[in-house]
Amino acid sequence: MHLVVLGNGVAGVTAARYVRQRDPSARITLVSDEAEHFFARTALMYAYMGQLTRGHLEPYERGFWGKNRLHLVHDRVERVDVAAKQLHLRSGEPLGYDRLLLATGSVPMFFGWPGQDLHGVQGLYHLQDLDRMEAATRGVERAVVVGGGLIGVEMAEMLHTRGVHVTFLIREPWAMGHFLPEEEGRLVERETRRHGIDLRTSTELERLVGDEGGRVRAAVTTTGEEIPAQFVGLTTGVRPNVDFLRESGIELNRGVLVDRCFRTSAPDVFAAGDCAEFREPLPGRKPVEQLWYTARAHGAFAAHAILGHPRPYRPGVFYNSAKFFDVEYQTYGRIDLRPPEGESTLYWEHPDGRAAARLQHETDGQRRVVGVSVMGARHRHAVWAAWIEAGWGVEAVLAALPSADFDPELTREVAPALVEAYNRQHGTWVRVQARRGWREWMARLPMRGNAAKTPLRASLHL
Amino acid sequence: MADVPVFNPSLALAENPAYEATPFQKAMLAALAAGLLVLLVCLFSDLAARYPVPMFTLGGGLTVGGGLLYVVDRYRRLPPGVRNEATMFSSNQARGPVGWVLGLLLTGLYVLLYWYPHLLDGLIRVVDPLSYTIHGAAANQWFLYGTIYTAAVLVMGVRALLKYRHTKYQVVRTLSVMFFQLGFAFLIPQLLVRFREPELYFHYFWPLDYDLFFPPTAEYLLSEGRLGAFMLFWGAVLILIATPVLTYFFGKRWYCSWVCGCGGLAETAGDPYRHLSDKSTRAWRVERVLIHSILLFIVVTTGLLWADRAWGLLGGASSALAKWYGFYIGAIFSGVIGVGFYPLMGSRVWCRFGCPMAAILGLQQRFFSRFRITTNGGQCIACGNCSTYCEMGIDVRWYAQRGQSVIRASCVGCGMCATVCPRGVLRLENGPQEGRFGSAHLNLIGDLDVLEEPADGSR
Repeated sequence: MHLVVLGNGVAGVTAARYVRQRDPSARITLVSDEAEHFFARTALMYAYMGQLTRGHLEPYERGFWGKNRLHLVHDRVERVDVAAKQLHLRSGEPLGYDRLLLATGSVPMFFGWPGQDLHGVQGLYHLQDLDRMEAATRGVERAVVVGGGLIGVEMAEMLHTRGVHVTFLIREPWAMGHFLPEEEGRLVERETRRHGIDLRTSTELERLVGDEGGRVRAAVTTTGEEIPAQFVGLTTGVRPNVDFLRESGIELNRGVLVDRCFRTSAPDVFAAGDCAEFREPLPGRKPVEQLWYTARAHGAFAAHAILGHPRPYRPGVFYNSAKFFDVEYQTYGRIDLRPPEGESTLYWEHPDGRAAARLQHETDGQRRVVGVSVMGARHRHAVWAAWIEAGWGVEAVLAALPSADFDPELTREVAPALVEAYNRQHGTWVRVQARRGWREWMARLPMRGNAAKTPLRASLHL
Repeated sequence: MADVPVFNPSLALAENPAYEATPFQKAMLAALAAGLLVLLVCLFSDLAARYPVPMFTLGGGLTVGGGLLYVVDRYRRLPPGVRNEATMFSSNQARGPVGWVLGLLLTGLYVLLYWYPHLLDGLIRVVDPLSYTIHGAAANQWFLYGTIYTAAVLVMGVRALLKYRHTKYQVVRTLSVMFFQLGFAFLIPQLLVRFREPELYFHYFWPLDYDLFFPPTAEYLLSEGRLGAFMLFWGAVLILIATPVLTYFFGKRWYCSWVCGCGGLAETAGDPYRHLSDKSTRAWRVERVLIHSILLFIVVTTGLLWADRAWGLLGGASSALAKWYGFYIGAIFSGVIGVGFYPLMGSRVWCRFGCPMAAILGLQQRFFSRFRITTNGGQCIACGNCSTYCEMGIDVRWYAQRGQSVIRASCVGCGMCATVCPRGVLRLENGPQEGRFGSAHLNLIGDLDVLEEPADGSR
């Protein structure tokens, strides 16, 4: 069996690794024109900031590919011929396949702004974008970043560390307004401004103005304000990278349409990661999932289908993470911008305004917790996934909350404050039961009364 | 994973172009440079012998004061948080010309200290005033060395305290190494000398203090009265009781990154170079062979010395072995290479490849300890900050990506992987040994029966 994986991002490489594990005899070829070796796309910012070298972005040593007989082809696929099972490459000979996995990721999405093609205007997704950004920001004093997503904040931070003054335009009324509730959004705003970024909410881009040399000179907002900038980052989202498949006959919508087992409309052709679009998305999930985490999961599931043992996608409890300048963010389960009927949220914020937590739970019946998010704190994935999956009630979760704590040792726990906030809000007397550290250890000693205090983490076998 | 290039042509010193030195910082750097100039002049003249107090005040004061005020002002101005920006652009930190020159200077200093101390006489006289104050006698090269070492740990310790002030674990740990260096490695031994007692280091024991249990040392200590005898007893307690018990509960970190002087220097003065450790599996193989060979070397040497002494088996050949150990391991490896190569090979070359104490602690940590670094389910984004900033060259990301606990003999538990992780994936923990290694099932990439064995099968 010759498997060709198109794209060596996390979806493609995960699938290739799984197939190699299960089928030692398979011939596996990864084709990419982006980078010769798999790298962590999530870490592009750190290479620009000089926190890492480009070499550090590669999760595997160079010998890994040869040792696992994962053949790497650095070329661009111009056309896919599903009838002949062949890929037409830009420079090499046509490449035949028995199974094909499309894992081509995304491309930055712009909205037809006048001037968006000027020199010094770009998105940030590919390795080549980093090269362009390096070249385009040399000597730049002022920059504008448009789009209030995670890549926008990252780009603002990147430019900031190079001493560039950044104006950050966000369409929504608060930062990350498309997925963070207002309180968390305001927290991100404060953090961004604290670092000297000129953040403007509810501000949209109208057009970009260039100089005689075709280089961007300023950004103009819809209110007519002209903001000088020698570099403009457009981080208004990404879309599936599928344009080269338009003629292939593979059924497309926004992305490559796949079933729950990552099979496309063409025989022996599969798609995974950012470029795949579910015909029937899972309840509560998007048809196109554009996260690093989901791409990795897609890759693992797609490998099963490629090997002829398809398994329908069951990604488990949703999770995600981010870092906004110096504030980390983690979420498990579902947090809505506004909780739906029958659900409410419990929000707590540290008095210094740089840490917060939110629990979303049902208001009736068992008052099951459906999701959590923490900012400026770290929580345990396995514990939350188990609680949410098992449908724990909010008071049981609160009582056991320290078991979910993942902050470094000696850090003060967030849990008591959150529990106090809940008690104040509901007039209850929930008490934190589970302990961590030496108290947890003490609780296991055969002493009278300890049976009742058995840490819940232990009972979850975590 | 490729590393920082062996040589990069950059001459840029600024760690972050966004934070240009303020006028005050420039003045403090000038003071530091002036202090170093004074020390240089003293080295090549008899100035310090003639004017010890002014030269100590000027040379020492300007160097330490300028350096201290520079780092305080610099890091106070930076917002708390991980500030590793531009590390890879720095000539000092990324094996640029500055790093290479510094490496040569440090290496040279060690060569002079060990083998040509008379050439340092001019400099040794500078610390005479301090030496007279603390132990009531003129300084020798080891007092000079102790002073420089302690000053480096304290000044760079303040830097580490400020740089990592957002993480209490790092703050407490840094305070701990500063305390042990100043108290146990500097003041207490010198004060003991002042009170006509043997110069004892109560936190420093066999096999790191390799000759503590050599027959001549043991006899000397016993001849020095009760305190000397206590040191022998205390050394035995530390290696036979404290080491296994504390390592069981906390891992080797209780010593390597909280107490040890070598670790103390690495965590403070060596902090700017921690990312230069070699992360390759080849380096890991070398590490395992080398460190355990050296442990074997010192154990056999100590045993033979006693056997030779008791039965004269080897006709004194064992003392030749001891001399070799002292020269090649004690001096060249732990000193010249261990510290001199900071800007070239990172801050833990000795701790990782050479230290027999670390070998013992490591074996126990690997096989019989509650310590592990837990990785947080599927949250790893493979960015590589953890691996890059691991001073022991552990490819932490390899574990984090598959949701496995990091349990490695070499891990000194500095906690920097957890500190620099942008997504809250790593946590240093002590817990039951059962299930300590974690499992790939916990990386929660979906409802899949994830395979047990990694594809590359190399670990």
